[in-house]
Amino acid sequence: MNVAVLQFLGTNCEYDTKWAFEQLGAKATVIWHQDTQIPVGTDLVVIPGGFSYGDYLRSGAIARFANIMKSVSEYAAKGGKVLGICNGFQILLEAGLLPGAMKRNDTLHFISRHHTLAVVNNNNTFLQECKVGEVLNIPVAHHDGNYYIDSDGLAELYANEQVLLKYCDKDGNPISMNGAVDHIAGICNKQKNVFGLMPHPERAMQELLGSSDGVRMLQGFFK
Amino acid sequence: MKAIVNIGLKQGVLDDQGKAINHALGTLGFKEIVKDVRVGKQIIIELGDLSQDAAKAEVTKMCEELLANTVIEDYNIEIVG
Repeated sequence: MNVAVLQFLGTNCEYDTKWAFEQLGAKATVIWHQDTQIPVGTDLVVIPGGFSYGDYLRSGAIARFANIMKSVSEYAAKGGKVLGICNGFQILLEAGLLPGAMKRNDTLHFISRHHTLAVVNNNNTFLQECKVGEVLNIPVAHHDGNYYIDSDGLAELYANEQVLLKYCDKDGNPISMNGAVDHIAGICNKQKNVFGLMPHPERAMQELLGSSDGVRMLQGFFK
Repeated sequence: MKAIVNIGLKQGVLDDQGKAINHALGTLGFKEIVKDVRVGKQIIIELGDLSQDAAKAEVTKMCEELLANTVIEDYNIEIVG
């Protein structure tokens, strides 16, 4: 299992992400944004969290023009698996690899804490190790996680089982966290090979860190 | 010549910053006269020599490709000078 973890100016979760995948037995390599090719033999591209280009203009808006993103788009078009976490999710939205857009959290606050997430669909590579309705405890840390998609787009997400995760209370009932449409925390594309979520599974790999629920999420990519 | 680009959330997309400012203006005593507040951003681009029409066309491309996220935002371009 070879994982390519992208690094832009302002990315800050690349080494946590590399470490998380290495804990699960993968060979993970950090790839600089000026590189033009995803390494041959890559099984998964991860766009990690951070504040690429200072979140200038809009979160993820500048990073999508980095050299490496052309190769990511080609890789995804051929069915290659791509995971965007937090800023990585924002970049995938800006790049048009996932539908919708991010707005500022409705509270206007930066939110940084553990939050419970309900698994909505597991009919995909990413969440195949989780059960539908299962409640996961995963940290969130973002300012622009207020996911928006219009009503037609939302209906399409549901129809194709593209809604992956929702913010919920400890019993699994969806609740508002940042104003996101239908409390959505993570989605995938129609082909189910590009995944994006605001919470950070790579920060929930050991009980010592408050939760190990991230293990089951990332393990899906190893099956 | 310069282009003044105003970008804001589309009508129908909830503007949480505008809502917060509206609320703050209300508490300052402007409640009676303030009906709604929308927040946007302005980008001013200095341009070289080109016709008004060409400038508008080029800046429209810039908006579509980078300056605005047309999933949630509208933009308006004014060419001056």
